[in-house]
Formats: sequence, C-alpha cells, structure tokens
Amino acid sequence: MDVGQMQRQWIDYTKSLFLEGFLDGQFLQLQQLQDENNPDFVVEVVSLFFEDSERLLKDLTFALNQNGVDFKKVDAHVHQLKGSSSSIGAQRVKNACIAFRNFCEEQNTDACLRCLQQVKQEYCLVKNKLETLFGLEQQIVAAGGSIPTELSFSG
Amino acid sequence: MAAGSSSNWVMESAHDVPHVLAVDDNLIDRKLVEKLLRNSSCKVTTAENGPRALELLGLTSGGQNTMNDRSKVNLVITDYCMPGMTGYELLKKIKESSVMKEVPVVIMSSENIPTRINKCMEEGAQMFILKPLKQSDVKKLTCQLMN
Repeated sequence: MDVGQMQRQWIDYTKSLFLEGFLDGQFLQLQQLQDENNPDFVVEVVSLFFEDSERLLKDLTFALNQNGVDFKKVDAHVHQLKGSSSSIGAQRVKNACIAFRNFCEEQNTDACLRCLQQVKQEYCLVKNKLETLFGLEQQIVAAGGSIPTELSFSG
Repeated sequence: MAAGSSSNWVMESAHDVPHVLAVDDNLIDRKLVEKLLRNSSCKVTTAENGPRALELLGLTSGGQNTMNDRSKVNLVITDYCMPGMTGYELLKKIKESSVMKEVPVVIMSSENIPTRINKCMEEGAQMFILKPLKQSDVKKLTCQLMN
C-alpha cells in the first residue's frame, strides 16, 4: 500500500467514526490543535482519557457493588467521565454517561449497573476504534507521509 | 500529571503576553484548556482546585506569597463544578480580595443552567463559557482581554 492509499484509508476510517457517532465535532477541535510543535497532541490527550476512564470505571464498579451505594460518589465519577468524554469528542460514551446520571438521581442501583455496562461497552468500542486510527497514523508516518489535515465531508 | 508547578510562576520580563491561571479538577480538561490558551499566545499556569488557585494567586489566609515578585495573572478561567471549593466560590474569593478583584474571572461549565450563569455574572464573572471548550471560545476571550 502506498502513502496515498494509506491516507485515503485514514480519511475513510475517520469519516466512518463520525458517521457512526463514535466521535463528534469536539474530536476535530483536538485534531486542529495538533501541529508541528505538538505533533502527538491527540494521542497524548486520548491516552490521558484512556487512563482516566479506566480508573473511573474501576471506581464505579467498586462503588456500585457496595452494600449501601453512595450515589453522590457514583454521580461524581460519572460526571467526571461525562466531562472528559465530551472534551475529547467521544460522543457515545458521553451519551451513555448522561443516561447514567439520570439513574443516579433516581438512586436505582440495578439501572445504574446496567448503565455502567453500557458505558464500559461504549468505552471499549471507542478505545478500539481510536487505537486502530492511531495505528493507521503510525503507518503513514513510518512510510514518510503526513496525516491529512482536511476532512471534507462532501459526498 | 502535576498541577501548575512553581517553575511556571516566574515573573516574565515581557508583560504583553497574558498570563492565565486555568483551574479545573479534570485532567483532560486542564490539558485541553492549557493548549487552547497557548495557541492564543498566553502563558498558562494550571491548578486542580480552588485552594491551590488561591495559593498561586497569593490569596491564602496569612497572605503568604512564596514568590519574591507576584507574577501578574491577567485572567482566571475556572470550572464551575469542582469538589470542595466550586468555581463560584473561587470567583467570590477573588472578587472579595483587595489585590485581585480587578482580575477577570471566566467560568466554564458543561451544564447550561440560567440560574447558575446569572449567579456567576452577578458575582462579577467576566464571561460564562459552555464546555467542551473550543478554539473560537478562547480566541473570543483573549481578544476581549487584549482590549
């Protein structure tokens, strides 16, 4: 595969992530912040997101499996996760967190556990997708190419 | 990832670069706001909570300032929802201080709640910005600041 093909593959893959709702416009903001001075900005922020999310998901699992669930604490964790997913453009994770918070308010443990499963699922999906995307980027760079900076959504 | 380290706080000889203190308990948001501000040619110091921000501004009780010269902060941008001291409470403390009350304070929040916005504006907030933050939000802000 030549660089041009890899770049087209990257463009198509990125577009699909937007079309399928995994990512929203905020991810474009992140990409636009990447430049020669910060060539790894997106990977850095997303890696922080992965670490932070995994910690939060662990804490959530722990909190919801207590005998007396502290819903304030659960809500605080979900709020954090909602915030970071929103800031990087992980739309489906963010939406799952919004639903989750509603059940925290209702203090419904079973519903919260189901929401947690949903959030975990969405997180795993977007993590895989982003790792695949970063893999494609590495291939392009290794082949001496550059990552496209324009994603036209026409057609 | 450390919150604003004191090495960021050294007084700069060039005063035309705005120095912004960004306060947010969320690590990802801190990194994002820092980059957005740097892209708008600002010097940035970050803090992960209100008390740390007050410390950096030299507003802790006892008035102890660890620096020889207080590096002039031109703008404070803070998240609203933070555990312990909220952004609103931080805003109040800044506006109540004799030294820092003229410093513009911007509040960020992921929630669009009119009563919350009004409360902050009434307490003297410069602006209220909805998260997630975009480059255009920060550009608007820094333009206002430079005028």
